Formats: sequence, C-alpha cells, structure tokens
Amino acid sequence: MKTAIAILRKDLLLELRALETVPAMVLFSLVAFVIFHFALDRATLNGQLAAGVLTATLLLASMLAINRLFVAEREQGGFDAFLLAPVDRTALLLAKAAALYVYLVVLEVIAMPAFAVLLRPPSLGASLPGLVAVLALANLALSIVGTLVSAIAVQTRARDLIGPVIGLPLLIPALIGTARAIGPLLNSHASGAPPAKWLLILALYDVVFALLAYAVFDFLLED
Amino acid sequence: MTTYAKGLKGLSLATIVTITVALALVFFYAPLDADQGFIQKIFYIHVPLAIVSLCGFILGGIFGIAHLRTGDRRYDMRSYVAIHMALIFGVGGLITGSIWAKASWGHWWVWNEPTLVSFLIVLLLFATYQPLRFSIEDPERQARYASVFAIVAGAFVPLNFIAVRLAQQFVHPRVLTLTGGNLPGPMRLTFLVSLAGAALLYATLWKYEMAAKDARMQLRRLRRSLVGEDAVAPLRRSAAPS
Repeated sequence: MKTAIAILRKDLLLELRALETVPAMVLFSLVAFVIFHFALDRATLNGQLAAGVLTATLLLASMLAINRLFVAEREQGGFDAFLLAPVDRTALLLAKAAALYVYLVVLEVIAMPAFAVLLRPPSLGASLPGLVAVLALANLALSIVGTLVSAIAVQTRARDLIGPVIGLPLLIPALIGTARAIGPLLNSHASGAPPAKWLLILALYDVVFALLAYAVFDFLLED
Repeated sequence: MTTYAKGLKGLSLATIVTITVALALVFFYAPLDADQGFIQKIFYIHVPLAIVSLCGFILGGIFGIAHLRTGDRRYDMRSYVAIHMALIFGVGGLITGSIWAKASWGHWWVWNEPTLVSFLIVLLLFATYQPLRFSIEDPERQARYASVFAIVAGAFVPLNFIAVRLAQQFVHPRVLTLTGGNLPGPMRLTFLVSLAGAALLYATLWKYEMAAKDARMQLRRLRRSLVGEDAVAPLRRSAAPS
C-alpha cells in the first residue's frame, strides 16, 4: 500500500510538472463537443443523445491517457527498477489505476461544465448527484481496464494502435452501462436518480475486471 | 507419430458421419417452420457454429490459465489454435446469422437481436488477438501476453452478453433456453445432432492444426540436429507460437 501511494505520488507529481496528459484530454474533449455539434447539427442535446455524446467523448479521451500511462516506465527503465525492488507487484496496478482515476476526475471537473455550456443539456443541475454516482463507477471501469490494456500495449511494437483496438471492445459493456444510466438523467423532466439496473451492471463490470486485473497483472511484469 | 495425430483418423470419420447425418436430418427429417419456411433451416448451421465458437473462445481462456499456471508453452499453442479456430467458426456464424436476419427480418443487420450484437462485439475483441501477438517479438513474452489477453477476453464473453441483452428495449422470443426451450421434438433432435457435428468439426480441425504445428516443430528440430544450426533458416516474425 505504501509502495502504491509512493508511485501514485510520483505519477501525479510528474503530471503536475510536465502537464502532458490531462491538458490533452481536456482539449480533446472540447474539440469533440464542437465536432459533435457540427456533425449532429444540434445546438442543444438532451436525453440519450446527450448521454451518448458525453460518454463517447469521455471514453475516447481516456484512450489518450491509457496510451501514455506506462510510456515513462518503459522508456526510462522504470519497469526494471520496479522489478528489482522487493515490493508487491500489485502496487503498480493499484497506483496506475489510481492515477488514471485522478486524471479522469480532473477531466470531468473541467469537461462537464464545458459540456453544459456548449451543448446545454437540460436539468444538469438537478441530476448532478446521480451523474456523479454514474461517473464514479464509469471511471473505475475505465481506470481498471485502461491500466490492464495499457500494461499489455506498452510492450508491443505498435502500442498506440494495440491499446485502443483492444481497449475499446473491452469497454463496450461499460459504455452501454454508462450511457444508459446517464440518458434518463439528461431528459428534460429528469427524476434525478439513475436507473439502478445500469448502476448494478457497471458495478458488476468493475468487480469482475478488478479481480481479473489483480489475477493477471503480475504476469505482465515478469521478465 | 505425435500425440496430436493419435486418434485423428477416428475423430475425422466420426465428424464426417455426424455432419452427414445432421445434414440429412436438416433436409429430410426436420419439419418446415410454419412461419419462416425453408430459410429457418439455416438455424441448424448458424446456432451450432456460434455456440461452438463461443465455447472455443472460453476454451482458449482456460488454456491461457493453464499456460500461466504451469509455464508450459504447449498450452500457449493450444490456446492459440483454440482461438484461431473459434474465430473462423465465429465469422461463419456471423455471416449465416446475417443471412438469416435478411431473410426473416428483411435487413442484413438488426440491432435489437442481442445475441447477434454481443457476438459481433466478442468477435471484434478477439480479432485483435493475432495483431497483439504479431506486435510482440520476444516469443516468451508473446506467449505470456497472449495468455493474459485470452483470460481477460474469455471472462469478457459472458459479461458482454449480459450487458447487451439488458440494453434491448424488448427481446425476441428465445428459441433456445438452457432447459431445451420450446423447440418441437424433431427440430430439437436435428439441432442437437447439428451441434454435435459442429463441435466434432471444431475438435477435428483443432487436432489437425495442433498436429501440423507439432510436426513442423519436430521437423525443424531434426533438421537442426542433422544439418546444423546454420542450414535452418531462422523463424520469421509470426503471430503463431513456434
């Protein structure tokens, strides 16, 4: 646990100083909203359409972070150093997933208001607690699967291709759950609570992939 | 004689006989569907192909677990061949499903048939298996990463089916449930024989590919020890384990 916190601190510090990943994700999301505005030719979005645009944007923006998550470790010998250290290897999974989670939260804190201003979904204020709950679970799915896929992809020759190509199909169930849970929240007469069915699906997805990642992650580090 | 070639002849014969019987049952025994008519008979090819393909994906995951637990590279080869064959069966299942959809619903693709949609997602995921293998050069690492992928993707199969199934507003009537469903007797018998035929075909092709790969590796070993290291060309980069 102490190891994980140390690695997480290192990652956040690096990100804070270099500002590599999160600003790119934020910019990507803003551009995506503009693209969706023109592609759909709508000034305002509501209901499932708004939820779809938001979810797809967050999913694709997270791919940017997933592609970069382990690059520093690979290029600067962090993997070897970590393997030499007498620590539990799961700490790296934990730290990287936490770092990705933090990136996603920061992204959402900036991108959600931008989404509200640019595409004006109705009743964003009233459904905010529900939205936070859904996104908390969705972020967990993105960060667990993202870390796993990133750890696989970083060792391949075509890592920028392999990451999204494996990650996106794996995340489709999470995308379904998130989009369907957010959809009713963005209706013009939203009730404020997301459908429990989809929260359960997201939670199930999170649990299954957390256990899987925990079980297989060690094998990705052996050398 | 390699271990994989053992019993291959008997298995091939059993496969041929079962598939012949299945086809005979499909065309001469099973009654015409009252609603859909002749095109419904594609059900006896489409559904077994799809079921066997999904089982093959999960089998690949199980071999992946065995590979990671034992470190035995032969399990990686088994996992590779299982997924490779399942992909081929899966493409067949998808195409026959599409034909059936066109004939009975009028479209090549329908989004409100959850099984078809889930199947496409699973196929899209497993289609990345070979590119992943190909882009890792070190054979040992390739085997390890491929097994990790096979396990994760194998566990993904049921989860994906749950999510896609729930995402439908309404669900088509299930022809087939775990208890045997509401299929009339002759149709069920025909279906079960077809399923056995597809499973046997899968097993036979799996065994053939394993035997071929095994024989090729033995040949390389023999040539290397007979004519020396330099006479045998080094392996090219490949997605297949070697």
